[in-house]
Amino acid sequence: MKQIYLDHAATTAVDREVMQAMTPYFTERFGNASSLHTLGRDANQALTRAREEVADAIGANTEEIIFTSGGTESDNLALRGVLREHKGHIITSSIEHPAILKTCQYLERIGCDVTYLPVDADGLVDPGDVESAITRETRLISVMHANNEIGTIQPVNEIGAIAADHEIPFHTDAVQSFGKTELDVRKMNIDMLSLSSHKIYGPKGVGALYVREGLKINPLMYGGSHEMSIRAGTENIPGIVGFAKAASLACERFKSDTAHLMKLRDMLINGMFDSIDDVFLNGHQAKRLPNNANLRFMFVEGEAMLIHLDLKGIAASTGSACSSASLDPSHVLLALGIPPEDIHGSIRFTLGRENTEKEIKYVLEVFPTIIEKLRAISPLTRR
Amino acid sequence: MEYSEKVMDHFLNPRNVGDIPDPDGTGEFGNPVCGDVTQVHIKVKDDKITDIKFKTFGCGAAIATGSMITELAVGKTLDEALAITRDDVADALGGLPPVKLHCSNLAADALYAAIQDYQAKNKDV
Ligand SMILES: Cc1ncc(COP(=O)(O)O)c(C=O)c1O
Ligand code: FES
Repeated sequence: MKQIYLDHAATTAVDREVMQAMTPYFTERFGNASSLHTLGRDANQALTRAREEVADAIGANTEEIIFTSGGTESDNLALRGVLREHKGHIITSSIEHPAILKTCQYLERIGCDVTYLPVDADGLVDPGDVESAITRETRLISVMHANNEIGTIQPVNEIGAIAADHEIPFHTDAVQSFGKTELDVRKMNIDMLSLSSHKIYGPKGVGALYVREGLKINPLMYGGSHEMSIRAGTENIPGIVGFAKAASLACERFKSDTAHLMKLRDMLINGMFDSIDDVFLNGHQAKRLPNNANLRFMFVEGEAMLIHLDLKGIAASTGSACSSASLDPSHVLLALGIPPEDIHGSIRFTLGRENTEKEIKYVLEVFPTIIEKLRAISPLTRR
Repeated sequence: MEYSEKVMDHFLNPRNVGDIPDPDGTGEFGNPVCGDVTQVHIKVKDDKITDIKFKTFGCGAAIATGSMITELAVGKTLDEALAITRDDVADALGGLPPVKLHCSNLAADALYAAIQDYQAKNKDV
């Protein structure tokens, strides 16, 4: 059975054009970008071009892009790169990706202070809270651009302006928003920004950290003088070339992609509301990624829904932890103030470029029956 | 994580789902680990479970163990039913993934609660 893949926030398939761009760099153009011979220079040119493409995609200068192994490393590098030698205070939100939250917990263990800002019921950080959390010790503000579970888009413009006023560097994790929302690091007063390739139809294991010129950060990795001496290690040229191709395709197709995604997303959300009772949307209705539909169905549990969907050939994901090794309910949905038993009924559909209206129609056809079936055996069903 | 064929069968076609209109005993157990809930109703005659029904708000394993325990308990004496352990349920299902072992608590404890409810109501008989 052909899978209907509605889990693009988890990862995406590599685009054919991206694949084509990468392929020669595995075999005939395999040089090390540090080598002086022709093959090396060829690899170095590819690296420079890739850097330009990624920089252009976010309005940065070429030398402000540091290639990494992905979003997780970029987040680690941003936080630990700023705070490791100058212990101090960092402000973040309570709904960040674990790549930020776990790094913050580590920083606390080595003597830093962290403020985890609350969010409102839609998942929004209040920029006023950011401003009031600032102390004389604050070294960094890190608030994600768009949330991976609920798709809520934060007011990064306002937060960036506040950070700039106080001359505190501002980092944002744009792994989920890249290619789906406008991104301009200059206009948005962003000093550091994390990107990942595999969420934008590029290969896995590649990403970048943008670091504004003049901001000094410490490396996590010591070795050769690659990547402005901030990230040692022979560059993953095929991966980087693929990432850059994916980034420029994302820019090229931005208008049509977002329009397509929004149309399908709204069709899915409205269709669910029309055919099923006791359903809620998790996250903000408008300030939301064009491809995210995170829905909460009362009286049913996420994993049970997922298995039924999987048997119908539909791949989605759950905010409920019952499907993963950890049984704790999602920290994001908890932060919205949703009771834990309701959190269990949450399911996340994240759409992608290749999804079609026909696929959404099929989902809307089979899903009500799944909910009906599960509610029939649930002791919690409204009596 | 992968469920056994038996688990999938009981998850997709749960046996003995529902309520008993006039039950002799009712038990409910909520899993403190994940918040899931199973409810069991029983009919008892001559110290034997003659009918049993369950409902579950929970994961695939919770639904399958609810279904399986109804099959294991029906026709048993109360003492025999009380002796059914959560491992018995998991074994009867061909095993559960390690992270899902706690889910089999739900069904077993809901059954115990139903039997205790019956016994409390029938102390003087
Ligand atoms: C918001 C966010 N940040 C960071 C990451 C980690 O990125 P990567 O998988 O490239 O390490 C992800 C992806 O799971 C994410 O959604
Ligand atoms: S009963 Fe909650 S995860 Fe299985």
